[in-house]
Amino acid sequence: MSTLSDPVSLSSPRGTDAGLTPKELAAKYHLSVSGRRPTLPEYVRQLWARRAFITAFATARLVAQYTTAKLGQLWQVLTPLLNCAVFYLVFGMILRSRDSVPIYIAWLCVGVFVFQFSQSAIQAGTRSISDNLGLIRALHFPRAALPVAFTVIQLQQLLISMVVLVGIVLANGVTPGPTWLLIIPALLLQCFFNTGLALVMARVGAKTSDISQLMPFLLRTWMYVSGVMYSVSPYIQSWPKIYQTLYSWNPATIYMDLMRYAFMPDSFNPHIYPGGTDAAGHAMPKALILPDHIWMMAVTWAVVAFVLGFVFFWKAEEEYGRG
Amino acid sequence: MADTALSDVKEAVPVDAQQAKVPTVVVDDVHIVYKVHGAGSGKGSATSALSRIITRKKSPAIREVHAVRGVSFTAYKGEAVGLIGSNGSGKSTMLAAIAGLLPTERGAIYTHGQPSLLGVNAALMNDLTGERNVVLGCLAMGMSPAQVRERYQGIVDFSGINEKGDFISLPMRTYSSGMGARLRFSIAAAKAHDVLLIDEALATGDQAFQNRSKKRIEELRKEAGTVFLVSHDNNSIRETCERTIWIEHGELVMDGHTEEVVRMYEKGERP
Repeated sequence: MSTLSDPVSLSSPRGTDAGLTPKELAAKYHLSVSGRRPTLPEYVRQLWARRAFITAFATARLVAQYTTAKLGQLWQVLTPLLNCAVFYLVFGMILRSRDSVPIYIAWLCVGVFVFQFSQSAIQAGTRSISDNLGLIRALHFPRAALPVAFTVIQLQQLLISMVVLVGIVLANGVTPGPTWLLIIPALLLQCFFNTGLALVMARVGAKTSDISQLMPFLLRTWMYVSGVMYSVSPYIQSWPKIYQTLYSWNPATIYMDLMRYAFMPDSFNPHIYPGGTDAAGHAMPKALILPDHIWMMAVTWAVVAFVLGFVFFWKAEEEYGRG
Repeated sequence: MADTALSDVKEAVPVDAQQAKVPTVVVDDVHIVYKVHGAGSGKGSATSALSRIITRKKSPAIREVHAVRGVSFTAYKGEAVGLIGSNGSGKSTMLAAIAGLLPTERGAIYTHGQPSLLGVNAALMNDLTGERNVVLGCLAMGMSPAQVRERYQGIVDFSGINEKGDFISLPMRTYSSGMGARLRFSIAAAKAHDVLLIDEALATGDQAFQNRSKKRIEELRKEAGTVFLVSHDNNSIRETCERTIWIEHGELVMDGHTEEVVRMYEKGERP
């Protein structure tokens, strides 16, 4: 071995490259800086190429989630149903919301299932990066696949519980009509909205683990002000117009109202539910009001949340997994 | 010491007529400083956290470690490069930085394609079965579902997980550390990599598996990739790599033919 006397020569460029500095050498052979994030179009392309991973990951997680529970996947339906039962007891019977809202049980269940969809997507998104550091450090893939996959899990769960929801709605005397077709676009818009929020929370949660302690309180506040289990509109009628308009932009209310309208259009009809009191002086259910431009607001929220969330997440792509 | 090694590089540039080699990893005067959370006196109490927020001071529990100090080298296509050095010398940090998992404080690392890092601790999805891990791992690396179906059996056979019964259908958390490491390597090695970084990941495998993985590393090199291997087993470095880099205290001590570098390292002599 004649080269033994000159060990460093293994590193230096040879032949026509001799004498190039490391930087020039890297530039000549088009090497890229390690760990730099791809451009936005390139990132979208990479993520699209991983769509099989996203669906397979979501399915595997969904199945694994309840393996230790005896009732298994039954909990996917039982949890929101138990929630509905608690809310019905407190808000429906004790606080008498069922007197003022038409078809209260169906109204409540649609609201709870729809809100749960957003709530759990946000919670899962917050933990999606910090709980999967092993995977992130072991394999290279666009990290946005994780928050997106966790939103897909929530969508799968919602679709399963939809079967129960349809049963509840039918049991309350609602007959399926053409408005049921609106369920699909409403769900789709909410999906994009949730994905955007999950992406934002994934980046925040990856940086600040304290946020997961705070999330339950923020989400609970959001739930109570959104009127999931009671109708908010009588309480805000005396507010100045500007606040009422701001209130009507609450995305949770928008997506719940859309779904309630799709399932039970009659409850928004003042001819069927005129309100007032009956002969004995009891309050009668009053028809709900679907805000003007509600579809426009739903689309705006979906697009804004999804685009901003995606860009916000991508901006820190190279930092996920760094410890 | 790094400075002298650097100046050596400049002086020793051979002006021979050998063919130019194609570089895959260029490490240019890299410094890595990382922040360790939760170090120090363990002042995690509520009052100290509050006073920190009020005074806007940095948490005393964050300490900076200067792990790599001015390392430079270039690796080329078809090379297998060993990294040696005592515990805590900065070898693993170096690999993590090449993989892009750690930012460089100064200097830059240029790579061809996206390097893949195989670490000993890198868990995949522990609550899922080995089978699911293979499928998801391959999909995450960008394979199509058809490619995964095609290579699935090859990966399981290579890992040898099923040699003693049907272990692939058990959750990965039930695997021994050796079995986990074997499956992870098998998944990662199923794809051709431009740059593969192996951090002690083979040490826990048994003899038969080590032989198989050596063969696979050889193949990856022939497919014009570059393989980095961190190991405390000097024999496996000798058998796998023809070039070795010796790092100590985050500085490059020696970079040359494996035989010579390992001999000096074993003697504890610095050049």
